[in-house]
Amino acid sequence: MTQWLVNVDWLEIGRACWDTLVMVGVSLFFAVLLGLPLGIALFLTGKRQLLEQPIVYAVLSFVVNLLRSVPFVILLIVMIPVTVVLVGTSLGVPGAIPPLVVGGAPLFARLVETALREVDRGIVEATQAMGATVPQIVFGALLPEALPGILAGVTVTSITLVSYAAMSGVIGGGGLGDLAIRFGYQRFQTDVMVITVALLVVLVQLLQMLGDRLVLRFSRR
Amino acid sequence: MIEFDGVRKTYRVRGQETLALEVERLTIERGEVFGIVGHSGAGKSTLLRLINLLERPSQGRVVVEGEDVTRLAPAQLRAFRRRIGMIFQHFNLLSSKTVAENVAFPLRIAGTESKAAIAARVEELLALVGLSEHAGKYPAQLSGGQKQRVGIARALACRPSILLSDEATSALDPQTTRSVLQLLSDINRRLGLTIVLVTHEMDAVRRVCDRVAVMDGGRVVETGPVSEVFLHPRHPTTREFVLESEHVDTSEFLENLRKAAGRVVRLTFKGEATYRPLLGEVVRRFGVDFSILAGRIDHIKNVPYGQLTLSLVGGDVEEALQALAGAGVDVEVLR
Ligand SMILES: Nc1ncnc2c1ncn2[C@@H]1O[C@H](COP(=O)(O)OP(=O)(O)OP(=O)(O)O)[C@@H](O)[C@H]1O
Ligand SMILES: [Mg+2]
Repeated sequence: MTQWLVNVDWLEIGRACWDTLVMVGVSLFFAVLLGLPLGIALFLTGKRQLLEQPIVYAVLSFVVNLLRSVPFVILLIVMIPVTVVLVGTSLGVPGAIPPLVVGGAPLFARLVETALREVDRGIVEATQAMGATVPQIVFGALLPEALPGILAGVTVTSITLVSYAAMSGVIGGGGLGDLAIRFGYQRFQTDVMVITVALLVVLVQLLQMLGDRLVLRFSRR
Repeated sequence: MIEFDGVRKTYRVRGQETLALEVERLTIERGEVFGIVGHSGAGKSTLLRLINLLERPSQGRVVVEGEDVTRLAPAQLRAFRRRIGMIFQHFNLLSSKTVAENVAFPLRIAGTESKAAIAARVEELLALVGLSEHAGKYPAQLSGGQKQRVGIARALACRPSILLSDEATSALDPQTTRSVLQLLSDINRRLGLTIVLVTHEMDAVRRVCDRVAVMDGGRVVETGPVSEVFLHPRHPTTREFVLESEHVDTSEFLENLRKAAGRVVRLTFKGEATYRPLLGEVVRRFGVDFSILAGRIDHIKNVPYGQLTLSLVGGDVEEALQALAGAGVDVEVLR
């Protein structure tokens, strides 16, 4: 067994783990920051909604679909010039974050839109009948009612970001994916590959568990 | 006072304008409980939602307390809506907020009162609807009747002068329905609130309404005081509703009428006449025999009434009917 794990440098693994967590954490933060308002805008301008705006909706929806249809690997490469401008490098942990945000935000926006649509129209109507403004309806009623759905969306997004972050190893992004590619794939160190994949599996399981707990915690139905 | 003046509401369905509602004239007086009944799709909800402009009329005016609501600017409309409470069939409470937070919500939206004032008002409202011990619960932890009471407390939070109720008791069992209707009736009396009550149950109308409009196919087909509409329905839809509410099988009833001998009359006793032994006196005096085809003794709001459908044979039927009419009994000759 120890023979088999001969290539594994645990310090390196630990650092890679930390890098992955940072990449996922930071990009999740920005994906939520950008995706939430985008999702709210998608919802509000949608058909038969409070601020129905067919043209605005069509444009937003097109952009979101476009970003979501580009394979992430391609996005990584296409984004390089933008990334360099934004964070000064396209390599390592910082270089991975902009493409991760651009990959995660549209996904999260769609999940927010769906969660808001799940809220009973009657709730919006009752709030409107109280004389509420649109921001009051959104922040006072819609978001609190959709919170469990939005948290589930955060969970899905974070898990997607874990796999995207691993993919960013392809262009030297750092983290567990980078390790798997450099050692596991390029140097045929199968044990490193297995360990990194196992760690990713554990990370995804933990995120899902945490997410489910949070959703349950905020569900009052 | 709420007035509808030449109101039409059309919807565009698959590119085609379809008429959902057409009300030439309808007036709801201040302080009354006004019922709106009709079958599904008759346009009841549409009519109700025109009052607080959840639905905008395609044509015509809706005038509430002297104000044409269709001309209100957005900010004015929001202020206006605060003066109108609304309750719903499925309660529409916020599941993420506690009972107290739900009731406080319209006050927080209005933003005119301090935190302490809101808390005091919430306490007062929960006491009014009998839910003081449930303040910290979430709606999911309440029964249907309790949820509707929260809905009522929430609707009353901003001290509205009008309460709109869309099938508020339709999801409740008969006993709970009665207690919620009783609560609405009390509120109407104590607060002098105008209540507009949409329902498909004649029974609810009979219990709490002063006047009623019967709707069919987007139009108001009959309107008047509940006792009038109830005891002397004119439009076929109204008749159907009244018979339904009395659990009379229409075809069976007509079959009975066909088989009955002699004169068939419907006698309506109202108020005090309900308790006097009038019928016995009269039939003895004029030597008339009768058999009962249908009968009912009940209350409309708080007024007792009795209604009997009789077939009369022998003796002096005409004189007997005149004597009954003279004693304040409403006589309708059916055949
Ligand atoms: N948004 C809409 N789009 C198209 N048609 C509509 C819309 N809302 C209502 N209608 C139509 O208007 C008519 C009246 O509907 P309304 O909801 O007022 O009926 P109702 O009497 O309240 O019925 P129910 O007892 O089922 O609630 C119906 O024929 C309905 O199909
Ligand atoms: Mg309806």
